[in-house]
Amino acid sequence: MSKIIKLRKGLDINLQGKAAESLVDAPLAKEYAVSPLDFENVTPKLLVKVGDKVKAGTPLFFNKNNQRVLFCSPVSGTVSAVNRGEKRKILNVVVAADANQESEEFAVLDLKKAKREEVIETLIKSGLWTKILQRPYGIVANPDDQPKAVFVSAFDSAPLAPNMNFVLKGEKAALQKGMDVLAVLAGGKPHVSMLAKAEGEVATLNGVELHTFAGKHPVGNVGVQIHHIDPIAKGDIVWTVNIQDVVAIGRLFATGKVDLTKVVALTGSEVEKPQYYRVISGAPISSIVAGQIKKQAEGDSVRIISGNVLTGKKVAEDGFLSATANQVTVIPEGDKYEMLGWIAPRFNKFSVSRSYFSWLCPKKEYKLDTNINGGPRAFVVTGLFEEYLPMDIYPMYLFKSIIANDIDKMENLGIYEVVEEDVALCEFVDPSKTEIQQLVRDGINLMIKEC
Amino acid sequence: MKGLRKIVDNVKPTFVEGGKLSFLASFFDAFETFLFVPNTTTKKGAHIRDCNDLKRTMTMVILALIPAFLFGCFNTGSQVGLEGFAALAYGFVRVLPMVAVSYIVGLGIEVVYAQIRKEEVAEGYLVTGLLIPMIMPVSTPLWMVALGVAFAVIFGKEVFGGTGMNVFNPALVARAFVFFAFTPQMSGEKVWFSSWKMMGATDATTGATALEQLATKGEMQWSALDAFLGFIPGSFGETSTLCILLGAALLLYTGVASWRTMLSVFVGGFAMGLLFQAVGLTEYPAYYHLLVGGFAFGAVFMATDPVTSAQTNLGKYIVGFMTGALAVMVRVVNPAYPEGMMLAILFMNALAPTVDYFVVEANISRRKNRVKTVK
Repeated sequence: MSKIIKLRKGLDINLQGKAAESLVDAPLAKEYAVSPLDFENVTPKLLVKVGDKVKAGTPLFFNKNNQRVLFCSPVSGTVSAVNRGEKRKILNVVVAADANQESEEFAVLDLKKAKREEVIETLIKSGLWTKILQRPYGIVANPDDQPKAVFVSAFDSAPLAPNMNFVLKGEKAALQKGMDVLAVLAGGKPHVSMLAKAEGEVATLNGVELHTFAGKHPVGNVGVQIHHIDPIAKGDIVWTVNIQDVVAIGRLFATGKVDLTKVVALTGSEVEKPQYYRVISGAPISSIVAGQIKKQAEGDSVRIISGNVLTGKKVAEDGFLSATANQVTVIPEGDKYEMLGWIAPRFNKFSVSRSYFSWLCPKKEYKLDTNINGGPRAFVVTGLFEEYLPMDIYPMYLFKSIIANDIDKMENLGIYEVVEEDVALCEFVDPSKTEIQQLVRDGINLMIKEC
Repeated sequence: MKGLRKIVDNVKPTFVEGGKLSFLASFFDAFETFLFVPNTTTKKGAHIRDCNDLKRTMTMVILALIPAFLFGCFNTGSQVGLEGFAALAYGFVRVLPMVAVSYIVGLGIEVVYAQIRKEEVAEGYLVTGLLIPMIMPVSTPLWMVALGVAFAVIFGKEVFGGTGMNVFNPALVARAFVFFAFTPQMSGEKVWFSSWKMMGATDATTGATALEQLATKGEMQWSALDAFLGFIPGSFGETSTLCILLGAALLLYTGVASWRTMLSVFVGGFAMGLLFQAVGLTEYPAYYHLLVGGFAFGAVFMATDPVTSAQTNLGKYIVGFMTGALAVMVRVVNPAYPEGMMLAILFMNALAPTVDYFVVEANISRRKNRVKTVK
């Protein structure tokens, strides 16, 4: 057993609405959707039109910026809509599901003998290649690259995050198979990080490099783990895969079929009964939250988030679960004025600042809304971001170099090591209310464009 | 609350773009956000946000200034022969016009600039506006205060882009401007005492400040305890080290000011004082430096300004230490300026980005080497 990597920096935001460990099998929904917006740097080009018949694993569109990569349907059925936004930008492709589910058939490879290129080809054709993300930049990996290593985080530390040990129950075989596939891709053992004292079945996996972490969020972020295991320098490429997607890859190589079933946690203070749901990727949000949202007083509304409160995407009740989400969170909207709030004691609000009282009751569970609690300002307070980014990086200087479009500085100050989720806590605590996650994405996009 | 909200909602259309008074939009917005935290919700990124904002942060600094402010009032009164509550009331009335002028002129300029830039009015001046009267001698003419404030806000802050972008602490820019532009009026003995005859005040027995006495005679007429408690002449808010430390306790407890900077300034000043004592340049104890003049006030409220001080943790130690050391050096070595704190902080404001630059460069090269060792 390797030693535990303890992180001192970070923050666990204690929210109401943790999921109880009970699992509901959601019935097959009417429609499922795949959205190119769930991925960064994807310009989609359609391969199907409305009315086409598809199976699970049939390509729907490909990425013009990375043409080998195919995005495939999670279910079998008929393409029922291609929704477009401004400038005809494709928002999502919707597939009406058949009652009987079928999958495209893929050859079941013997991983001991199969060539790396064959494995990659299978992943691409089935659409599961899109689950393999690249650092730097947090974009879908380029199949032509040879990564330095592959990293998987076996736990999630975000607020109200699902307990991955519960989610992965009964998936040991598929998980092992998936790890074997990653080993072929990496040309070495994939790195898997566990949470100390909650290692679960992951600890019994073979052929992986195990690491144990302890600390507060963002300790579960794979980017933070990479920084402490084998940091990314200029020119390095590493790949990361979400642990539930490793399971899906394992199933593909065990059965030759695409099965994008996953378990998501329904959480948040406005959920009647927070618990886990087994759904197929791209499921309608309504199939999870229907009848579960607490009745709101007149004038109040809720925000449904596909993902966690720090990094998730806002979705409408008739929207779809995003491809990367392992949870759905429902919290109250904060579209209310608060009289003299900035000087009030605010016992029900949470702050890391001791000018409020929340630090006195660390056990308290908070019901936080979406109010921004202030207005946008220039950076004033210093020394704060450093406490919430457990990396050897000066976040304020990195952010300022992005604002200044200074590519050399961005490179030197650590843009290769971070994606949005890693700086989400900085955004949460910032008293100047800067949109830091968007800022970092803008910086990354500039790097992609210029380098 | 609902009634007030209704009134604000009713008049709002007049002030937003297209309304009759849209040239006052920033002013209205400042007033509205003062009364109500806006109903803005998160659009991108983190859906929930910490409830801390700059208004709260600045409020904490103002609260921290209150003990020193009240003592300043009391001390002003007691210098003209009043006692107890009468002294407090006298001082309060005496300083009120200065505070009013500082806020009216300063906030006025801020609002105009915010309107030109179409931004919200930043909260930074709420603190600066109170700091300025507190670091001026109590008899500073109001027109000088106004001129100093205008210079500080325009050339100390707005030309750089406003709160958060300035290089120098605006309050000290105002103090330095007044000091250097009107040296004859601002030096000498009379300026430290109030000459207003009201509420039963008598003529003050004017005399040199503790700093001047130390600089010229090498001793002062007050005990160290008097200096610590603040019963000495000096700028309005700077005399009571005790009250300043009360404010410091609040700033450190809430984390608004950096303990690294604050501690390092005191350590730097004390170390330099010891050094001068050791080589025989001064004969009074080194800790006198921390008690008299604007040292404590500068260390707690000015050197810790997050915008103009160092931004990296290591930089804070370095800049803080140098600020303290430099302040004492100016006091002892330079006979022209008995007070070195203002100059030390301003000088280190200018140097802080350079210190940070080297700290960040060290980080960059450490990160580069880190990778080489792994491979």
